[in-house]
Amino acid sequence: MPRVNSRAELEKLRKEIQEKRDPNKPCISVSSGTCGRAFGSERVYTAFEEEIERQGLESEIAIKKTGCLGFCERGTLVVIYPEEIFYTRVQPEDAPKVIQSVKERKVVDRLLYTDPVTGKKITYEPEIPFYKAQQRIISEANRWMDPRNIEDYVAIGGYSALSKAIFEMTPEEVLEEIKRANLRGRGGGGFPTGRKWETTKKSLGEPKYVIVNCDEGDPGAYMDRSLMEGNPHSVLEGLIIGAYTIGAHEGYVYIRNEYPLAVENLRIAVNQAEEHGLLGGNILGSGFDFRVRISRGGGAFVCGESSALMASLEGRPGEPRAKYVHAAERGLWDRPTNLNNVETWANVPQIILKGADWYRGMGTDGSKGTKIFSLVGKVNNTGLVEVPMGITLREIIYDIGGGIRDNKKFKAVQTGGPSGGFMPESLLDLRVDFDEISKVGSMMGSGGMIVMDEGTCMVDMARYFLSFLEGESCGKCIPCREGVKRMRQILTGITEGRGKEEDIELLERLSMYMAEASLCALGRTAPNPVLTSLRYFRDEYEAHIKEKRCPAKVCKELISYHIIDEKCPGCGLCVKNCPVEAITFMGKKKPVILDQSKCIKCGICFDVCKLSAIDVR
Amino acid sequence: MSEVGAILDKYQRDSSQLVSILQDVQEEYSWLPKEALTQVSKGLRIPLSRVFSVATFFKAFSLVPKGRHTVTICMGTACHVRGSLHILDRARQLFNIEPGGTTSDLKFSLESVNCLGCCALGPIMVVDGEYHGRVTTSDVGKILESCD
Amino acid sequence: MVTLTIDGQEVKAKEGSTILEAALEEGIYIPTLCYYERVSPAGVCRLCSVEIFRDGHSRIVASCLYPVEEGLVVKTDTERVMNIRKMTVELLLARCPDVKVIQDLAQKFGVERTEFTLEDKKCILCGLCARVCEEIVGVAAISLVGRGTERIVNTPFLEEPGACIGCGSCAFVCPTSAIRMEDIGDTRTIYRWKRKVEFKLKQCEKCGRYWATEAQIEHMKKKTGLPGEFFEVCPNCR
Repeated sequence: MPRVNSRAELEKLRKEIQEKRDPNKPCISVSSGTCGRAFGSERVYTAFEEEIERQGLESEIAIKKTGCLGFCERGTLVVIYPEEIFYTRVQPEDAPKVIQSVKERKVVDRLLYTDPVTGKKITYEPEIPFYKAQQRIISEANRWMDPRNIEDYVAIGGYSALSKAIFEMTPEEVLEEIKRANLRGRGGGGFPTGRKWETTKKSLGEPKYVIVNCDEGDPGAYMDRSLMEGNPHSVLEGLIIGAYTIGAHEGYVYIRNEYPLAVENLRIAVNQAEEHGLLGGNILGSGFDFRVRISRGGGAFVCGESSALMASLEGRPGEPRAKYVHAAERGLWDRPTNLNNVETWANVPQIILKGADWYRGMGTDGSKGTKIFSLVGKVNNTGLVEVPMGITLREIIYDIGGGIRDNKKFKAVQTGGPSGGFMPESLLDLRVDFDEISKVGSMMGSGGMIVMDEGTCMVDMARYFLSFLEGESCGKCIPCREGVKRMRQILTGITEGRGKEEDIELLERLSMYMAEASLCALGRTAPNPVLTSLRYFRDEYEAHIKEKRCPAKVCKELISYHIIDEKCPGCGLCVKNCPVEAITFMGKKKPVILDQSKCIKCGICFDVCKLSAIDVR
Repeated sequence: MSEVGAILDKYQRDSSQLVSILQDVQEEYSWLPKEALTQVSKGLRIPLSRVFSVATFFKAFSLVPKGRHTVTICMGTACHVRGSLHILDRARQLFNIEPGGTTSDLKFSLESVNCLGCCALGPIMVVDGEYHGRVTTSDVGKILESCD
Repeated sequence: MVTLTIDGQEVKAKEGSTILEAALEEGIYIPTLCYYERVSPAGVCRLCSVEIFRDGHSRIVASCLYPVEEGLVVKTDTERVMNIRKMTVELLLARCPDVKVIQDLAQKFGVERTEFTLEDKKCILCGLCARVCEEIVGVAAISLVGRGTERIVNTPFLEEPGACIGCGSCAFVCPTSAIRMEDIGDTRTIYRWKRKVEFKLKQCEKCGRYWATEAQIEHMKKKTGLPGEFFEVCPNCR
């Protein structure tokens, strides 16, 4: 692909690429994001590639690796184009069968998705309930692109938003469009993006910087990883448009160290964009220069906080600073800096291309557009879902998520990571909206949506989030450093049966203190999981404290495992697997005996017993 | 430590690139030896105390040599809800070390990480870059035994 | 100049200064632990928290960091502020129960006891020692090490003396005496983090006073470029 030096050349190139492609030529695309690979997608791809070669079909059947398709529960996913036949749980051994079916334009029934409710097989991706209720305006493009091939992005219209912004609009006009669209930050804060851009644009100081925050640290959230792996160009395009608007010529993409594939794919994307005049000096021959540097995180959740991120970019430990003066006025190297989340940047090209009115047509009054969530935990269909703002939690969890797995009962859904909160069954009809979620004590967050069932202990979950923060607090200010530690200690005590009556009041006092006195948002929002679990599940705390009982049967010190004599046939499987030899084999057809004094509550016996002969009390 | 000089040059001896420089050094030596850090401090003309602060702040860096095999267990929320703590406990028990540590025979290093982003497959255990999903406590020993 | 109100009192302050600086100028009391006027403020201890009022909203901010604004209304004695002081001191008391300065603050703010399990630390991680060593002395021998609840202040690799020149600035500025210094005869001993570091002191040729460590003098020689003879005599006798 040559370097393009004008808008016309870009369009000419786009046409050439599109014309080279035969829309009827079958293409096998293998979803190859990080979790796809964890399912073995690399081996599947290799098997297909080899089979195609073996049969000499290279000129008849194309094959490509795409990014994440979102339906992570069913990996390895393979989609056959142009029909959009959707195969799930594909294994390397399936290669010959699938290729045969592609040649004959038939379908391999066995690999089709089966609807758990109707029992029917569904052939085409858009008809699958998981996808039907979604509105994948941002994540959809992952399906058609090999993220390492810029031509794929150009073929589907990539960089046309950039050329429209640079050649048809002034920076002020772009700013107005973003403001009118009411795009709000997708990283968690929900701050109006247009306003942030405007402040940075108006602030004095050169050079100005733009930053992509890909330090996605909320445990359970991986939307940004999927976007950065599967469609890095969409983020770059948004970033360049933002830089043009604000008047910045230098930018950074800060990616978590734990996302090596995202780093690699972004590097390739940046190189390719630079080679072709879409990034770097004299973009599209317009005279506008913008260069971007990729920076990897060092393994610190707190660096997702914008001032800590900037400290890390300056070569210092990632400690946040008080934001009495915003980064938009004085940020990186004390210069005006605009930092936005990956998903926020990815929304920009679409808004420019299709207009603010189109964007405003989706969502609620206060929250426009869509949001990508990582729907995980105890749901049947775990994966990445993109939904319009205003959809209810119930619709997400049941219509898209397929309800609670193993037929258990829904208990709570958690959003906002360690800064967010739990929402119980009574709130299932809550409409997903920045302000609605805040009103009930939680926070939209970056998109992690963890579903919990009756087997989840809410006190244990609160403790979990505080343990997480204990390791991630930067340690600078006293409220967070000491407060998080003490909260975690109290919660551990409660889960271990050492809870006292005064503990709840102490937790509430500490919560109020940390929310007011902490230096940064990590400390200020750290009490949220505790506060929401107390608000909606106080009875669980009281059971732990007053009765020394864990209703969900999770807290090790408060449970014990027992053999159900009538069900135990003496097969000895648990005996073999017990790591501390706490179970004794008593002979065939006789129930085994579990020695409570030796039991370490690891739960292995419960896991391996095929006859449900072990009980947890 | 000859490679350190080359790494410093790669980043134009720009001290703001300290985190990236340390990452490259760690990739080269699999940990951050004291000698290397001292060289970085001199090469970038910044105090050793600052290099040490940064090296000890970020979890990605190890100031002790790593084992031949790295075992990483995901402690993200989705994995936690699916029982990752049991997996971690089992690994701690088998190795007799805490996360961040290395066994005395330098065979295994144990790490815990906050969410690898593979929540559909939780609980996850990564051994030498290979992802094992839906791991149960009894699987842990079997997977580790297969490492030489 | 900027005019603001602190506890009902009108205060004039230089533009670019902080609420704390303005208050101190006026003699208005705001407690601090991690503040020293000669180094940059850090906002670590939060004892200096005040409540500010604007457009019908109020907010808690650290006065050592918040810049003065025209018409800002500040209160240092509201219930929210008092609660923050109390809880901060309670947490510090649980961390450092044997430190006199903390005990005094506890008494002052009416914190009698704490529910939290007691630790036995001396250092509150205010970071003043590290900031003084870097910003004033220019040696940066010590820094904040690690992250989170296990954070400490120490030398690189916990080795002594490293780049330390034994000037004692860290001991001088430490609010809890977690770092102490003792000069006996020709030896200075710095006690810190369960270690003892010794430095040889230089004796003035004229008055016989031991006035600086030899390491300090080496450092001064390098910085100023002045010849060795200049330092044979102490500043008083020059």
